[in-house]
Amino acid sequence: MITAHQGCMVPEEVYHKDPQVKEGMQFGDYVNNRASSAPTPLSSTSDDEEEEEEDEEAGVDSSSTTSSASPMPNSYDALEGGCYPDMLSSSASSPAPDPVPEPDPTPALTTSQSSKIAKPFGYGYPTLQPGYQNATPPLTSGAQPSNTVYPGFQQYAQQYPAVNQLSSSLGGLSLQSSPPPESLRPVNLTQERNILPPTPVWAPVPNLNLDLKKLNCSPDSFRCTLTNIPQTQALLNKAKLPLGLLLHPFRDLTQLPVITSNTIVRCRSCRTYINPFVSFIDQRRWKCNLCYRVNDVPEEFMYNPLTRSYGEPHKRPEVQNATVEFIASSDYMLRPPQPAVYLFVLDVSHNAVEAGYLKILCQSLLENLDKLPGDSRTRIGFITFDSTIHFYNLQEGLSQPQMLIVSDIDDVFLPTPDSLLVNLYESKELIKDLLNALPNMFTNTRETHSALGPALQAAFKLMSPTGGRVSVFQTQLPSLGAGLLQSREDPNQRSSTKVVQHLGPATDFYKKLALDCSGQQTAVDLFLLSSQYSDLASLACMSKYSAGCVYYYPSFHTTHNPSQAEKLQKDLKRYFTRKIGFEAVMRIRCTKGLSMHTFHGNFFVRSTDLLSLANINPDAGFAVQLSIEESLADTSLVCFQTALLYTSSKGERRIRVHTLCLPVVNSLADVYAGADVQAAICLLANMAVDRSISSSLSDARDALVNAVVDSLSAYGSTVPHLQHSGLMAPTSLRLFPLYVLALLKQKAFRTGTSTRLDDRVYAMCQIKCQPLVHLMKMIHPNLYRIDRLTDEGAVHVNDRVVPQPPLQKLSAEKLTREGALLMDCGSVFYIWIGKGCDNNFIEDVLGFPDFASIPQKMSHLPELGTLSSERARSFITWLKENRPLSPILHVVKDESPAKMEFFQHLIEDRTEAALSYYEFLLHIHQQICK
Amino acid sequence: MAFTFAAFCYMLSLVLCAALIFFAIWHIIAFDELRTDFKSPIDQCNPVHARERLRNIERICFLLRKLVLPEYSIHSLFCVMFLCAQEWLTLGLNVPLLFYHFWRYFHCPADSSELAYDPPAVMNADTLSYCQKEAWCKLAFYLLSFFYYLYCMIYTLVSS
Repeated sequence: MITAHQGCMVPEEVYHKDPQVKEGMQFGDYVNNRASSAPTPLSSTSDDEEEEEEDEEAGVDSSSTTSSASPMPNSYDALEGGCYPDMLSSSASSPAPDPVPEPDPTPALTTSQSSKIAKPFGYGYPTLQPGYQNATPPLTSGAQPSNTVYPGFQQYAQQYPAVNQLSSSLGGLSLQSSPPPESLRPVNLTQERNILPPTPVWAPVPNLNLDLKKLNCSPDSFRCTLTNIPQTQALLNKAKLPLGLLLHPFRDLTQLPVITSNTIVRCRSCRTYINPFVSFIDQRRWKCNLCYRVNDVPEEFMYNPLTRSYGEPHKRPEVQNATVEFIASSDYMLRPPQPAVYLFVLDVSHNAVEAGYLKILCQSLLENLDKLPGDSRTRIGFITFDSTIHFYNLQEGLSQPQMLIVSDIDDVFLPTPDSLLVNLYESKELIKDLLNALPNMFTNTRETHSALGPALQAAFKLMSPTGGRVSVFQTQLPSLGAGLLQSREDPNQRSSTKVVQHLGPATDFYKKLALDCSGQQTAVDLFLLSSQYSDLASLACMSKYSAGCVYYYPSFHTTHNPSQAEKLQKDLKRYFTRKIGFEAVMRIRCTKGLSMHTFHGNFFVRSTDLLSLANINPDAGFAVQLSIEESLADTSLVCFQTALLYTSSKGERRIRVHTLCLPVVNSLADVYAGADVQAAICLLANMAVDRSISSSLSDARDALVNAVVDSLSAYGSTVPHLQHSGLMAPTSLRLFPLYVLALLKQKAFRTGTSTRLDDRVYAMCQIKCQPLVHLMKMIHPNLYRIDRLTDEGAVHVNDRVVPQPPLQKLSAEKLTREGALLMDCGSVFYIWIGKGCDNNFIEDVLGFPDFASIPQKMSHLPELGTLSSERARSFITWLKENRPLSPILHVVKDESPAKMEFFQHLIEDRTEAALSYYEFLLHIHQQICK
Repeated sequence: MAFTFAAFCYMLSLVLCAALIFFAIWHIIAFDELRTDFKSPIDQCNPVHARERLRNIERICFLLRKLVLPEYSIHSLFCVMFLCAQEWLTLGLNVPLLFYHFWRYFHCPADSSELAYDPPAVMNADTLSYCQKEAWCKLAFYLLSFFYYLYCMIYTLVSS
């Protein structure tokens, strides 16, 4: 399951390794889903008619309701009945009766249903549990489950596994106190020199029993800052740790069970979706794990399409997987699902033409025009603007694109509202013509003004009827019309240690526009490619509240800054081809007693627990702060459920549900044992961004330091017998001070070092909307030594051997003159080459004879046939995979001026403006002892 | 029985206090409206409803913003009147709220003029519950002071 991580770029529909299947899955409507799920033995699709068929057959030989008595622990054999349309008839007419005799209580009703619903419903249900797979004997079509060898009696004994899980997890909890867990071992931070582990830090696994652990949601999608939830708010306050959730709900998944069924089973009072952590009271009733209401199991749910058996609701895919996707029925859409609509709003003023981004954009769009997610209804449109707004009539039938200029920017109107957003397939030739012509259309422009505000108003008008995605490309401060901005940055204040001003918006024009867009299900994505101050703090509002995303390319220029240009090209490719969900809403539910209060990310909160997301993309992350309102004493487990309802690019309404289950503890020690330091740091970073905008940057910095001081001193007071010679921390929190120091030296929060305002604001935007994995790399980069890569401990990914060098701490002491080091900062890679670096390495990997001949600017590793080159490249490629932003590579020589960029990431070292790690520890220690 | 300036002040404040009570009740209703979306969950997910809901939120926030200044100025007017009428006890009772209002009004984040009751900011469960509590406390305060002013008015009218 964890290896699923490797292939995250694959669209979610693709859950098979089989490349042939992938091709089909790209178009993932559910006929394809079925077709592709057929080859795997475990996947099953079923459809309504067939279901009835089974039911009726079962009805014939109705003998007993107690399926527990039927000898069928997990008969996956019954699945072969491929349920795609052509197979349907054969499987329906096949004489193989359901071996489990089941009564059909309402045959009349079901038949009437089957005649009413002509549309086939079914399950696209992929393989998920390797454990089961092993236990299942090879399948042959028509094999009788009764012939199968039983994998084990114990599975069979667990009629209602959820109940057993609950009780055994209780047992697990009480056991837990006997041996102190490793995560609680006190560490003396001031004496521990190498605090950073050589391998990447993994998310702590919640202390649940084995069954629940296996079922729990992947930490990549759903993480909590405390994997042991304290019982009361008082206990949480004592622990002084932030409590919250980190979400990456729309992550690209390689394996995702997709469920189509008439009735989506939900709790009647709190509307929770049925999940692996509910308990079945008996055959017919289940108890909601969030509000504890007892619900009936609907008739349809009693039938398990996976095993083709009746009366085993706990074996349904919904109850076996913490992450599932439902294809919603028509109840969930009161208007027909919207088509995919893409609008591009492009700056073509002199500045933009000079920077030359149009060429890259048009080229990239031309290449990916067919890969834009969508169906036959996909629509596309273009608006360009300088001091006037230009629309493009692309109505099919025209011989060439028609440009319409609107110069009245105070009162923008749409010249021909119907032909500006056109069907991608009907007008493809015109669109291609336009994209080929655009880069050269404005080459001689002398217009320097930019009327961004009016252009956005026009875009809003154009998008209002449908909703969709607006991509805005802007290269300077908007200087005309509504929403014009003035430069607010004082370059002399860049390295000020006191007050950093202008982190908030200068005008609420963009915020209001974003809210309007959000109401019309339109998201605005901003690409800011500027060399000068462009007031990102104000501009970013247009994306922040409309659930868009922000990309920033400082000092962008096609020829002067080729690495940025290449980055834009790669980012655009990802941007155009990644999955997209429209008119989405996300609701997070949690067990009674817990409540959510503050959300972080790009969205608009519509009612206190409902986030309105005009668009959702796989690179968006969210964070939620939690508080404990009522004591959780009478429960041993709490659950969180995220439900994301969206319209897929194919016009299907889908619901993706993630459920996370965590134990509740009542002692402070257990709370510390379960702390997830990475999640905590990401949540703190989000809170600090809010604080620096609403209050001030220095407040936010103080709050970060206080967070460490408070939690470590609270920990110190729980272990009285420890010698108070040094700064003690539990193992789970040993990286806490290091990460906080890293945050303080982050572009977003640093003071004293010269930081451009836009860079700072962009870093803040990224903190707010990046998912945890990417954010952690940004906060604390990974440093590897790459001049001595070996195959020791290497992993194999897609037939490639990827070496796994140990992590180095971020300190100049690791930069030996003889070495070459690679730093992975998320969106940038640096390769630092020491002066005395081995010539063999330079020749084999970089392709230059010696150190002196390496050029100052180098952003590629040549493809050399040597072993070390192959190792280095495969390692870097492996690191580059699964990034929302494609990283650029800089080769930094020890003596080059560019090395300052590299050195600023060495956060354990002292700089003029900031403490070293050791000094920081002493500072914390001093604060605690005070 | 004499109609003094103090008596006049109390009379006027009685009337205005009624207005403030009305404001407070309106605030409570408004925050409740913001907090809960009364539609069924499936309706809530409907894009058409989304638009209505958003408009609603914006309208409420707009009204809330409009009401800030009248409320604060009415209350400040009380304080000025009681100061002029030399009703020290009444003034003393009102001064804490006056300072609170000043703090609320001027303790806005930098850079923005309109951040009070800004839709994205106010739709935060923490902020909402704070505002709700604030509104309930004010309602209680205004109600009590209404009866206090009534008593004081009669007292001043009768005593002198």
